[in-house]
Amino acid sequence: TKSEAKFEIKPYKLHKLDKGPALSTTLTSEDALKLYEHLAVLRRIETASGNLYKEKIIRGFCHLYSGQEAVAVGMRAAMRDVDSVITAYRCHGWTHLMGVSVLGVLSELTGRRTGCSRGKGGSMHLYGKNFYGGNGIVGAQAPLGAGVAFAHKYRGDGGVTFTLYGDGAANQGQLFEAYNMAKLWDLPCVFVCENNGYGMGTSVDRSSASTDYYSRGDYVPGIWVDGMDVLASREATRYAIEYCTSGKGPLVMEMETYRYSGHSMSDPGTSYRTRDEVQEVRQTRDPITSFKEKIISNELVTPDQLKEIDAKVRKEVDEATKQSKSEPEVGIEELSGDIYYNNLEPYIRGIHPNAPLEHVNVMPRN
Amino acid sequence: KPVTVRDALNQAIDEEMEKDERVFVMGEEVAQYDGAYKVTRGLWKKYGDKRVIDTPITEAGFAGIAVGAAFAGLKPICEFMTFNFSMQAIDHVINSAAKTYYMSAGTVPVPIVFRGPNGAAAGVAAQHSQCFGAWYSHCPGLKVLMPYSSEDAKGLLKAAIRDPDPVVVLEDEILYGIPFPMSDEALSSDFVLPIGKAKIERPGQHITLVCAGRGTDTALQAANELAGQGIECEVINLRSIRPLDFQTIAQSIAKTHHLVTVEQGWPQSGIGAEICARVMESPSFFELDAPAWRVTGADVPMPYARALEALALPRANDVVAAVSAVLGNKIDAVQN
Repeated sequence: TKSEAKFEIKPYKLHKLDKGPALSTTLTSEDALKLYEHLAVLRRIETASGNLYKEKIIRGFCHLYSGQEAVAVGMRAAMRDVDSVITAYRCHGWTHLMGVSVLGVLSELTGRRTGCSRGKGGSMHLYGKNFYGGNGIVGAQAPLGAGVAFAHKYRGDGGVTFTLYGDGAANQGQLFEAYNMAKLWDLPCVFVCENNGYGMGTSVDRSSASTDYYSRGDYVPGIWVDGMDVLASREATRYAIEYCTSGKGPLVMEMETYRYSGHSMSDPGTSYRTRDEVQEVRQTRDPITSFKEKIISNELVTPDQLKEIDAKVRKEVDEATKQSKSEPEVGIEELSGDIYYNNLEPYIRGIHPNAPLEHVNVMPRN
Repeated sequence: KPVTVRDALNQAIDEEMEKDERVFVMGEEVAQYDGAYKVTRGLWKKYGDKRVIDTPITEAGFAGIAVGAAFAGLKPICEFMTFNFSMQAIDHVINSAAKTYYMSAGTVPVPIVFRGPNGAAAGVAAQHSQCFGAWYSHCPGLKVLMPYSSEDAKGLLKAAIRDPDPVVVLEDEILYGIPFPMSDEALSSDFVLPIGKAKIERPGQHITLVCAGRGTDTALQAANELAGQGIECEVINLRSIRPLDFQTIAQSIAKTHHLVTVEQGWPQSGIGAEICARVMESPSFFELDAPAWRVTGADVPMPYARALEALALPRANDVVAAVSAVLGNKIDAVQN
């Protein structure tokens, strides 16, 4: 195999920018394997999540990321340790990429002790270092992310915040409030619109008077990126970091992508779109298949190497899945754990006056 | 030495900004305009653009930004020009600030202060006259303070800024300009009040009046008047609505055996309702010699006209009437 190869990237669309990200990128065989592994593990986590949901082990809401992996994997590959992320509720993949183990993610979904939020957050509320959720309120993460970016600027640590939202949230008023302040104050914030075509069951054409999401920041410059191409996603993110760290303020990045599953597990995802549409994307634009073909045909990796990764990923996720089912839930004392960092209530009221709860500090205080 | 509530709040912010580089103020007109109600007067000149930040009129946006900054370890003081406008941003107060520490199993603390004038001002009608004490104190994860005097204002706001949890500080526009004597101790930069402890403003043995914020002023006036009739009221200024210092209330009821609560907010599911419920659920119930009564704002949106507005808010004579009814066992069948 070759040690590296060059790839062309589908042209970006630019809004209020003279020059966009590079139109070609060099990929080493080492990075090719890494990206492939991340793509594969994200897909596998969602397959496992879907199965756990069908087994009724995951409760409530569960939103799968399958089809959108190239967005997160490409972005993460360009990010530095100092950068931060906040996203919406479709957050399993991002959580893992930000450093939480597969078990930490899956156990949170099954509500167990080893979950990254000790089973108290569930599918939509996952957190990690420099990763501020997992937010369940559509659009609320936009100003929150701008606030995290505000903190980067306030401290002068050089970090950039990636604030991800879907095409559904793109019409929320508070997004435009956040754009405005981020631009006024030159916050190092990249607003990333993951356009997967549908906000729940409403297609972009039925929800948005303008579907050019990359241009909807008006005075905030924007880029349209092919979000099915992990290399485009990586290259655009490199550009965004460079842009924000040079003090030019925020940027909007629209990643055009697709979700294979319904909005959540309770949505079969077939009433507002055709099965043919989903099939066509799977066959022609799948982010993993297309990347796989690219790196094999350019002789960066061998099919056997990828098979090896597939087997490794399957083993890792299968084991984590098994463990996420057998781990215990946290003890009942944690019902009233970590409500406050510094609790001042004499006791936490239970469901009647004779059932007082004691507030416990589970997370060690620094 | 008399100091206005406004100046006491200003001192609190100034001292805490001096002490901790992570503390900053964000809100509408807090910087160049010197604060819509002048609470932040002079701070922009002293600390500059970095730490005293004027925002556009977009509450959901700037409250969200402030909470995000707290997620990332800063200590924002988010001013709502009045708490009426906090309804635009209540999702961030409740869903983003109050619940994140719990949802994240203690990994994301949210050390933020939301503050501003709350409740009824004068002649500003329904959209600008509402008490949010009951609303915010309903939510676990928040701490909710309601200062009355200058000492309260300074000590409680400093405690709120130092606290590692989200704190809502409900001030009162009418009280901003009122001077209260402040002790040397309260004037010092070390002064801070404990969150969750009520203050007995006036001891008495015949009846307990529980109040907070401007309701304390009404209760104290009533207590003065009643003292002339030989009735000694024990006036408890809650200072903190959540946590609620029920112990102090219970001890007082054990002494006076009578209770009236005083607040400006609406009656249903209000602060007085909560106190009465806690009495019902505790041995304090057996201490009562008569039913407990609530004196509250009338159950109507605030009218503009002067005479109607006056009737919508509790006055001292309303408290006197309630005390007389409770003490005189003159409680007939009432419609409530």
